[in-house]
Amino acid sequence: MKVKLEFSGGMDLLFGNKKMHEVELAETNGKRWTVGRVIMWARENLLTERPELFMKGDSVRPGILVLVNDCDWELSGTLDCELQDGDTVTFISTLHGG
Amino acid sequence: MAPAEEPRGDELEQKERELALLKQRMALLEQEVADARRRQQHAAASTTAQDGPPPPRSFACSHSLSKEHVQRYSRHLLLPSFGLSAQERLCQGSVLIVGCGGLGSPAALYLAASGVGTLGLVDHDVVDLSNLHRQIIHTEARVGVHKATSAAQACAALNSLVKVNTHMDGFNPANALEIVRGYDVVLDATDNPTTRYLINDACVVLGKPLVSAAAVGTDGQLTVYNYGEDAPCYRCLFPESPAPENCSRCADAGVLGPVPGAMGVLQAVEVVKLLGGVGDVLAKKLLIFDALAGRFTTVRLRGKRTECVACGLCPSITRENLAAYDYVAFTGQAPTDAAPSLSVLPPSLRVTPQQLQGVMSSAAVSGRAPPAVLDVRPANQFSLMHLPNATHIPFEQLDAKVEEVKDLIRGSKCVECSGGGSAEIGEQRPEAGLYVMCRRGNNSQLAVARLRELGVLNAVDVVGGMENWAKSLDPSMPVI
Repeated sequence: MKVKLEFSGGMDLLFGNKKMHEVELAETNGKRWTVGRVIMWARENLLTERPELFMKGDSVRPGILVLVNDCDWELSGTLDCELQDGDTVTFISTLHGG
Repeated sequence: MAPAEEPRGDELEQKERELALLKQRMALLEQEVADARRRQQHAAASTTAQDGPPPPRSFACSHSLSKEHVQRYSRHLLLPSFGLSAQERLCQGSVLIVGCGGLGSPAALYLAASGVGTLGLVDHDVVDLSNLHRQIIHTEARVGVHKATSAAQACAALNSLVKVNTHMDGFNPANALEIVRGYDVVLDATDNPTTRYLINDACVVLGKPLVSAAAVGTDGQLTVYNYGEDAPCYRCLFPESPAPENCSRCADAGVLGPVPGAMGVLQAVEVVKLLGGVGDVLAKKLLIFDALAGRFTTVRLRGKRTECVACGLCPSITRENLAAYDYVAFTGQAPTDAAPSLSVLPPSLRVTPQQLQGVMSSAAVSGRAPPAVLDVRPANQFSLMHLPNATHIPFEQLDAKVEEVKDLIRGSKCVECSGGGSAEIGEQRPEAGLYVMCRRGNNSQLAVARLRELGVLNAVDVVGGMENWAKSLDPSMPVI
């Protein structure tokens, strides 16, 4: 299954300065890919520095918005949201400067 | 002619303070004179009109706009999607801009120009030279002047029809409700999460829509909170405050000048829509601007969180208790974008710039190798300027390059040993093996602490970093 992982608002700095990662997720005997699993997978496979700025417990740090296909993940079940082939998951660090 | 005597440090500071006060006084006087002149002109115009009977009107109209309004806002009035009634509503409306910085500057200018009835300007700070690349409402001549005064002057110069209020004490739990109460819409143009939560709560308890934007680096974000039945507030999206290390500041991360400019202009657009009553307000949506990619994206946000402590079904934050809420404790951050000042090392592991300079010059005098200096700032800061002979390893790469650090210490030690006895080294303290330098003296402490964990025990931090070096030893140094 192919999904796009996008990092914005400075999150890209933790992921090799790359904003868009197109990744292939292997089918694992019937176990579905949820956003929660993808977060763990991204930490293991894409994160290049300072994991403590990306995750807290089994989810993302406070202040990071997660979108599935440009919609707040709160609208689709947060960590348990199941992903389909071609979906985009976006991680946005909320900004405070001005 | 003999050159004038250089003022001493404290005299210089006193003169600078005097200059700032004078500038502020000048700005106020200029505004008073401009206001008085305008009143005179208006009075003269109405007296002339009252000389003799007014000529009979040869036209009919039933709206509140004067001829001056009509001329000034003609391009709005021509616009089918805006027009007369929207302009009338805008002219009767009021907006509070919290923060006269990168976002507030263009927002205030556009809202004044567009003819909003009353504009409130909040800030607590004075204009600094490093603000001017993006805070375009201020000028070189107004460096040192209070930002609210400076911004008010620019708005008054642009459109004398607009009533401009300044709120000079900043925005805090004690004054928040009193200030917000007087306005229809609030625009969040601040630079820190602590004030952002406070503005949100004040808007929720008083039922005001909040047009919120932020910009850091080359990214911008914009949304409207607390608008309509189901739109979320700031706390619905971020019930838990982000940790300080998750909040990048313009003062550290940098910001591309026109990026907050673009976001501030878009905030003005949302306020004009809100007050004018036209278009779809950007509530329950987040607009994201990626300046490097040249891309705007709008994404869908969640609705209200029923358990939200501000706008949920049983809110715990109310008009009555907001003033007592401890926002600094909630976010763990001071209500500014200033970098926190860390103190994590014991005094024995810290030296002042003067002490390091002493070690450097005694090494030079005795022909020994200079002490090992490690600069842990990012590459762009190092390339602006650094101490001679400093070795550059950015903080983030310390772990990976710890062997290089050890070599550096060994290198300087060897030369030192062959150079003679160590009795005369360091009049005040034994010489350290490595002096760690950063921008302000925070990361250098963390670097020394980390190096100790990695087995390097003879490193010390230079208190206050390059900023302190420049301040206490060399004012000609181009620090940022």
